[in-house]
Amino acid sequence: MYAQLVETGIRQVRSADALTGREQVFQRRIDDGVRVEPKDWMPDAYRRTLVRQISQHAHSEIVGMLPEGNWITRAPTLKRKAILLAKVQDECGHGLYLYSAAETLGASRDDLLQALHAGRAKYSSIFNYPTLTWADIGMIGWLVDGSAIINQIPLCRCSYGPYARAMVRVCKEESFHQRQGYDLLIQMCRHGTPEQKEMCQDALDRWWWPALMMFGPPDADSPNSAQSMQWRIKLFSNDELRQKMVDQTVPQAEYLGLRIPDPDLAWNAARGHYDFGAIDWDEFHAVLRGDGPCNRERLAARVRAHEDGAWVREALAAHAGKRERRAAA
Amino acid sequence: MSSKEWPLWEVFIRSQHGLAHKHVGSLHAPDAEMAINHARDVYTRRNEGLSIWVVRAADIVASSPGDKEPLFEPANSKVYRHPTFFPMPDDIKHM
Repeated sequence: MYAQLVETGIRQVRSADALTGREQVFQRRIDDGVRVEPKDWMPDAYRRTLVRQISQHAHSEIVGMLPEGNWITRAPTLKRKAILLAKVQDECGHGLYLYSAAETLGASRDDLLQALHAGRAKYSSIFNYPTLTWADIGMIGWLVDGSAIINQIPLCRCSYGPYARAMVRVCKEESFHQRQGYDLLIQMCRHGTPEQKEMCQDALDRWWWPALMMFGPPDADSPNSAQSMQWRIKLFSNDELRQKMVDQTVPQAEYLGLRIPDPDLAWNAARGHYDFGAIDWDEFHAVLRGDGPCNRERLAARVRAHEDGAWVREALAAHAGKRERRAAA
Repeated sequence: MSSKEWPLWEVFIRSQHGLAHKHVGSLHAPDAEMAINHARDVYTRRNEGLSIWVVRAADIVASSPGDKEPLFEPANSKVYRHPTFFPMPDDIKHM
């Protein structure tokens, strides 16, 4: 999802007997639904995995501002521009909540950012796709933020307190993101011109499969899931969440009068779910490796923003230092 | 310029409803004034608050999880501190 393929370093979940005494107590608390808080004892692997997962999630929020920021100056009306600005600002805030949650585990925000800028840290595959038209802004809200909500609502109940609390704040705001996207698409698809509707169809054709990939590889190829689920930092499997997204989204596409680009998509009455076609996992892995349509551009833009802001950070620190020295004198 | 990280601040917000300031999260800022500005941007974009406190995280002293029993256990056996410990006859009103 916003965190994909998070490495736990553990391939085989150990049974209760194989855990040390402290690990057993820790696991029992998690099983009982007791939240882990920053100062509590926790296994090193739990701490490391959470730092990876939360920072990857934070990086996704920050890099996620770029595809949408691309359209702020070109929004079609002042109202849409104000809405998009507010949405992008929220994403920045989400990144900050999440970096703070990672810091409670002993990570340093500067180190995490450095890892992102050096290309050592991952962020969600979805943000490496381009936003070619205004309809893409609608698709991101509807499909990308919609998928994020499906992933993040369960995380509000995850085992690590600061992460769960950050997710509560994020989810409250995310609903606005999805609705503004869908509202934009309603305008274009139901009240717009045929050309505008065609623009939306083109955007859906490009975003549908990448949106399904957001949930991560199929369960059978998700080697870290078992441990993450035992630790309750993942509550549903990738395939379960992906199915939920498809089931929710198909009727919403029908309302817009858009066609989902999957010839195999069909309601399966026996399962009570939609069946859908095979996902191109080679594309997913290529994007994660750094070979998506916009990986290099995104990373370069992020590094440039950080470097261009350096003088502001330095000036603020110098000002604070000067005032502190004066107060001390 | 050193790459020294801005200090961490804990943020407390008092919402409109006449409640106490409540911890909402943390952020980095070079000084108190910027911490308040950042807290405004990060934590009150939707009318969440009327007042902001910021405290340097390093200045907060916290109890440790290991002290949980000596600190909080004694209260468990003192149920008479709760009004529900004293059943009132049905005929008695306003108590």
